[in-house]
Amino acid sequence: MKVSYYPGCSLDGTAREFGESVEGVAKTLGVELKELPDWNCCGASSAHVTNDTLAVDLAARNLQIAEKAGMDLVVPCAMCFSRLKVAEKELKAGHKVGGITNAYSGKVHVKDSVSFFWEDVGEKTVKEKAKKSLEALNPVCYYGCLTSRPPKITDAKRPEDPQDMDMLMGALGAKVKNWSYKTDCCGGSLILSLPEVAHKLIQKLLDMAKEAGADCIVAACPMCHGNLDMWQKEISAHTGKEYNIPVFYFAELMGLAFDDPAAQKWVRRHATDPIPFLKQKGLI
Amino acid sequence: MTVSELPKTVVPNPSFRAEVEKRSGQKVSACFQCEKCTNGCPLTFAMDIMPHKVIRSTHMGLKEAVLKSDTIWVCASCETCTTRCPNGIDIAHIMDTLRQTSQREGVPASKKNVPVFHKTFVGSMRRWGRVHEMEMASLYTLKAQGLCGLIKQGKSQGFEMMKKGKVRILPDRFKNKGEVKNIFKNAEKKG
Repeated sequence: MKVSYYPGCSLDGTAREFGESVEGVAKTLGVELKELPDWNCCGASSAHVTNDTLAVDLAARNLQIAEKAGMDLVVPCAMCFSRLKVAEKELKAGHKVGGITNAYSGKVHVKDSVSFFWEDVGEKTVKEKAKKSLEALNPVCYYGCLTSRPPKITDAKRPEDPQDMDMLMGALGAKVKNWSYKTDCCGGSLILSLPEVAHKLIQKLLDMAKEAGADCIVAACPMCHGNLDMWQKEISAHTGKEYNIPVFYFAELMGLAFDDPAAQKWVRRHATDPIPFLKQKGLI
Repeated sequence: MTVSELPKTVVPNPSFRAEVEKRSGQKVSACFQCEKCTNGCPLTFAMDIMPHKVIRSTHMGLKEAVLKSDTIWVCASCETCTTRCPNGIDIAHIMDTLRQTSQREGVPASKKNVPVFHKTFVGSMRRWGRVHEMEMASLYTLKAQGLCGLIKQGKSQGFEMMKKGKVRILPDRFKNKGEVKNIFKNAEKKG
């Protein structure tokens, strides 16, 4: 299987392990991710606050490149996914991008990476490649906002209670916990400008994961992962309550289940050290 | 923090509603104040005017109170309100329109760091075609917290991330900067 791939700006930097793990897992599953040639920033999280035309046109340029490549576009970052889906809908409704040549007929579709692996690659292939069970893990799956909402943009089947990541992790053996905070906001867009506000949202999610009986959190968005992983020490210091819960990208756990030796490198990039936890669970 | 206060009695002025409706493409007047947006919003604890009141105030023409509110800058664009509105109003998009209006008209933002962040982010996109995270985060911190803030940030988070290989020193190579600049120019002309 061959698809176009839009990594976005953070998958080479702050979310490097997300890029590495998605690419690693795709290789194991026999999927060729063809990076979109000369892609540009989709405009998240600031273009839509600044100028409506800019917010659509920046993302739309990438769709036009994707159409030329002629394959569906897989997008791991939830924010990029959301902006590209907005552009997809606008272009289909007849919007023309100013300042560049237009060529988009709506033939190629934008897909988030979780549903791509679960729905397009499929359970059978994923299970075939699994060498280790994730049965020792009790995760909650955290989807965040933008692969679900709003459904008129994302085409999500169950925007208030998405299932794909739960089923994917479950298929690999993990004992996934149910919780009501799957799609509650972590404050990703506010983490630099209003950190004290974002910290409250993060703390709530960490508390609720614990209350659900989870021993780790699985995420599918660079902003969500960064927020939940990077600030635990600081929130512990501010609140006097100890937080030390590993946060993984779903693709990292897939890599561990596939026994990909590179997976150990990916998870070592986290701020909240997951190594003792993974050793205890027999996964590394 | 400026806490916006809403007046008890109002003489409705439709011009602000008409402007917001035109710019956002959303029907503010379709709101029947069910408060679903406010009840689902995860950020009301940091807001001064609740989301349903922002919509009502916009309808009534309380331009100054809305544009000076904390709410428009505290909104995290999580899209819960938009998803749940029974009348199909894209409330998160109206928040975007209000933020844009406030910036265009030079209204001082009650949470001043939020527009500083967005300007820095958009600036990085325009310069490189892709966001150069290190440059963007450093420039923003410098503007928002000064040199001391930047040094503190570097010591606490920056070096840690660098050690983990998560910081790119140089911007990503992007060729077609001209196209991105044209997109910017055209969007700015349209306003």
